[in-house]
Amino acid sequence: MTLRWDVLLAIICMALATYAARAGGYAVLRVWQPPRFVEAMLVHMPGCIFVAFILPSVATGGWRYAAAAAVAVLAMVLTRMLTLSIVLGVAALWLLAAAWP
Amino acid sequence: MNVQFTWAGFRQGARMVLPMLPSFAPFGLVVGVLAAGEGLSMLEAAVMSAMVFAGTSQLVALGAWGSPVPVLAVTLAVFVINMRMAPMSAALAPWFHGLRGWRLWLSLFTVTDHSFALSVSEMRRGQRDAAFLLGLGLPSWLWWTACVTMGHALSGVIELRPGHPLLFAGLATLCALLVTLWRGRGDLMPWGVAAGLALAVQAIGLGQPWPVLAGALGGSAAGAWRDLRA
Repeated sequence: MTLRWDVLLAIICMALATYAARAGGYAVLRVWQPPRFVEAMLVHMPGCIFVAFILPSVATGGWRYAAAAAVAVLAMVLTRMLTLSIVLGVAALWLLAAAWP
Repeated sequence: MNVQFTWAGFRQGARMVLPMLPSFAPFGLVVGVLAAGEGLSMLEAAVMSAMVFAGTSQLVALGAWGSPVPVLAVTLAVFVINMRMAPMSAALAPWFHGLRGWRLWLSLFTVTDHSFALSVSEMRRGQRDAAFLLGLGLPSWLWWTACVTMGHALSGVIELRPGHPLLFAGLATLCALLVTLWRGRGDLMPWGVAAGLALAVQAIGLGQPWPVLAGALGGSAAGAWRDLRA
C-alpha cells in the first residue's frame, strides 16, 4: 500500500488535465454567448462525437470488429435493450474470433 | 430550461445505469492488471481511477509509464485523449446552465461517454432534472474504481490480453448507445461527414484524439451549415 510522490504527482496532473477537458467545454459557454452557428453545431455534436470515436477503433480491429459492431447496432435498433445488445456484440466477436483465428 | 436537481432524478439515473455496469468490468480489470504490471501499488491504481475516472486515457497513460514517472508526457497524453469530452459538456449546457456551486462542478466531473449519451437522449425526451447525470455518474465512478482495484488484486490470476473478445464490451456499449442518439434521416449527412473525416484523419496516420475531434467538429459543422441555410 505505497503511495510514491512521483506517482501521486502524475495522478494529480492527469486528474487536473481530465477535469479541464471535461469542464472546459461548458465553462466556455458559461461566460460566452456562442454565435448561432456554434449553437447549431452543438445540436449535432453528440452523434458526431460518437461516430468519430467509434469508427477508428472498429476500423483498426478489422472486419471481425466491424461485423460485431454491426451486430450490436442492429440488436439495439431491433430490441432497444442495451445489455442484450452489448452481450450479442461481444458474443459475435467471440464466435468470429473462434471460427477464423 | 427550468432545471431541477432532485433525489428522484438521481435515482432515475442510477436505475438506468445499473444494468450497464457489468459491461465496464472487463475494461476496468484490464486497466488494473496493466497498472500492476507497471509497478503501481493497489492504492495508487485506486487513487488514479478515482481521480481521473477516464478509462481510455488511463490505459494510454499506463502505456507511457516509467520510473520515475514521465509526468509531463502522461499528463499531455491524458489531456489529448480526453479533449473529446469538452464538446460533450458543452452539449449538456441546457442542464448545466441551471446548476451552480458543487452541483455544477461535481456533475461536470461525472461526464463520461456513457453518461453523456444517456443524458443527451434523456434531455431530448424533455428531462429537466439535472441530477439524472449525477445518478448515472456516481455509481459508474464507484464501480470503475472498484473494477480497477479488483483487476490489480487479480493481476497474477486473470489473463485478459489486449484483443480479448471480452474487451469489445466497451466498444459494443458505445455502438448500442450510438443508436439512442439517432434522431432520424437528418442525422445521416452530419454522421456521414463525421465518419468520413475520422477515417480519413486516421488514414493519414494521426491517432486519437485527432480523428474524433476532426469528425465531431466537421460533422456538426456540416449539419449546422445545412440547418441554418434552410
